[in-house]
Amino acid sequence: MIAEAGLAALWLAAALALLQLGVAVAGPRIGDVRGIAVPAAVAQGLLTLFAFAALIALFVRTDLSVQLVAANSHSLKPFIYRFSGAWGNHEGSMLLWVTVLAVAGAALALLERRLPAETIRATLGAQAALALGFFAFLLIASNPFARLYPAPAEGQGLNPLLQDPGLAFHPPTLYLGYVGLSVAFSLAVGALITRDVGPALARAMRPWVLGAWVLLTLGITAGSYWAYYELGWGGWWFWDPVENASLMPWLAATALLHSVNVLAARGGLRAWTIMLAVVAFSMSMVGTFLVRSGILTSVHSFAIDPRRGTFILGLLVLYVGGALALFAWRIGTVREGARFNLVSREGALVANNLLLSVILGTVFVGTLYPIFVEGLTGDKISVGPPYFNAVSGPIVLLLALLLFIGPLLNWRFDRRPNLRRIALPLCVAVLALVATFIWAGTIGLLPRLGLAMAAGLAVAAFLPLVGRHLGRTPLATWGMVISHLGVAVAIAGAASDSAFTRETLTAVRVGESASVGPWSVRFAGVEPVAGPNWTAVEGHLVATRGDARETFAPQSRAFSDPPTETNEAAIRTFVDGQLYTVLGRQESDGRWQLRLWWKPMVTLIWLGGFLIAFGGALALVGRWWRERRQRIRAEEAFA
Amino acid sequence: MSASPKNQRLVLVAVAIVALVGATLLAMWGLAGKAAYFRTPQDIAAGRAEVGQPLRLGGMVKAGSIVKQPDGVSIRFTVTDGPADVPVLFRGIVPDLFKERGGVVAEGRLQANGLFVADNILAKHDERYMPPQMGNLQAEQKTRETVEK
Repeated sequence: MIAEAGLAALWLAAALALLQLGVAVAGPRIGDVRGIAVPAAVAQGLLTLFAFAALIALFVRTDLSVQLVAANSHSLKPFIYRFSGAWGNHEGSMLLWVTVLAVAGAALALLERRLPAETIRATLGAQAALALGFFAFLLIASNPFARLYPAPAEGQGLNPLLQDPGLAFHPPTLYLGYVGLSVAFSLAVGALITRDVGPALARAMRPWVLGAWVLLTLGITAGSYWAYYELGWGGWWFWDPVENASLMPWLAATALLHSVNVLAARGGLRAWTIMLAVVAFSMSMVGTFLVRSGILTSVHSFAIDPRRGTFILGLLVLYVGGALALFAWRIGTVREGARFNLVSREGALVANNLLLSVILGTVFVGTLYPIFVEGLTGDKISVGPPYFNAVSGPIVLLLALLLFIGPLLNWRFDRRPNLRRIALPLCVAVLALVATFIWAGTIGLLPRLGLAMAAGLAVAAFLPLVGRHLGRTPLATWGMVISHLGVAVAIAGAASDSAFTRETLTAVRVGESASVGPWSVRFAGVEPVAGPNWTAVEGHLVATRGDARETFAPQSRAFSDPPTETNEAAIRTFVDGQLYTVLGRQESDGRWQLRLWWKPMVTLIWLGGFLIAFGGALALVGRWWRERRQRIRAEEAFA
Repeated sequence: MSASPKNQRLVLVAVAIVALVGATLLAMWGLAGKAAYFRTPQDIAAGRAEVGQPLRLGGMVKAGSIVKQPDGVSIRFTVTDGPADVPVLFRGIVPDLFKERGGVVAEGRLQANGLFVADNILAKHDERYMPPQMGNLQAEQKTRETVEK
């Protein structure tokens, strides 16, 4: 019954999306927007939430008469993975995507009151059109509630790599971010239809972009850490197509976040902001297409089904093509934005946007190039870290350099940029560069520049606070300072990781030792252990450095349903870095393979990501608080 | 510089175009030397692989070919696609699903002496995952087996 109720809710929600689209197209003749479209959007959100809850209930109960549950779950699985298993598969994750889309639409309908009624109607229509396409995809090509007859006695289990608390909550975070950008897209389309592009639109769009961007940042940071500790290869970014699929919308959203501020505060960059809003959500959909179509070689593309790929490609062409066509047709009539000089805060933000777009472009080309080459010549190629690192590394450094200057420039024009203030961080950067030559002679050029840039940027990030009354500085400014500091911290972590990591790969007998960096690691033996649905060989390692003594227990796990082996690395964080240990196989002569990494300062990468997101969250809260206070004041003045 | 609005738009458009062209050129330059071609042992036997270029070698691990090296962390094995074989040397911990008669993709470079030195081994991540390239290979082999029967 639960499955049928969930399916019925989805059909109803799709019907409501159709109604909402109809109201938007028919226009004011039908009546007030709020009378029909708003309740339709809210009911849609509630119905899809119900359907998603139904799917979770089916997974928690392990209802094997539902095909999806039988294929992806197992009654012996720990509760949390039965729960998260609901979205650890193609159909479930698409239902999650649609749920977030519908709930975001409902929130938009309920909360947005400042824009003119015409723009809201067009925006809700655009959101309904988006939802309708994805409802159709779910109901026609990916029904999560399909029954299986006869029901099997036991399910097939969940990929053990996905049985990890980090991964249970990683996709929802990313999806919230992806789909939050759908609102920015709909607002852009709505504003193009009514030719009403201005600061009011930017103020309506900004919290959505900011919220989506914060979640994307958190999702990417968490995903990077997951890959780092779970996959056991010690890397934090692999340029896997699926990672790129989340990075591309993030890059576009970062650019959008900066340009939407220019539009909100200064009325400039109108066309560019609209374009970025279209591109950002398009990148979310491109990501979905890449991941869900199985067109690229990836750990994540578990849905290898050409029909679904074609369906999503169709939606992509329809929405992106439609939005770009609308853009081309209408943008000429959008009013000229406020003017600014090239040397100004706006000018720096334009440069920031262009650099981000260049990185986005190179990542996009690199990710899709294999498909084109195979389509054109039949040759199968792969584009990996050597390419992406080489093209994006230098641009990231240029972006960091821009971050020194941008926040210190005046809006509109800056006749005499305050060079004295920029001098301090530049000096710090140069001194740091000299220091790397003294204390780290043999590292590569890019990590060296990265370390120097990070040091300078860490100082530069605080400069916007100089000369301000700290207690009266708006939270949004604090947010910017903290985010920019986060960029410095993350760059420092990435540069240290590539410059100073020490690796030891060896085979040892019980009682023997190996060394890595400053650590000496003694192999004390192995012991069998058992978990809820796996058995493992657990290694016992004793690591010593000076007086410090730490024990490690990396595991080599075996799962029975499905039969799979995974490595559980043992990692410990110290003030100056992480020690990372992996237990390999036993050799025929009794030796055990052991892989050890000493990674100085590696945690800064994720600390930086967290700071970037935290700064965004502060800005979001700060703006909300300020607007609320202004509203209250205005109401009091009125009374 | 105080340009008229129209000029300013033109400057911005010009800068944007320069950036986009720059991105494309940068991408093409990067791709020219750094994209790794996927090759099968037959391709290599036919000379379709340059020595020293990044390459992905795909095929099956030949039965009985895995030889562990004395250092305990290196292995030699043979990748086969039926008619042709390529010897591979790999230093590292092999993935959990690396086994004889299993599908494998080795990333590395071909030496002048015909040995393929891999710095990364990709095996199937689980029974449902397989690189599309390997999927094709298996399909080809099945067809061949059927034909031979």
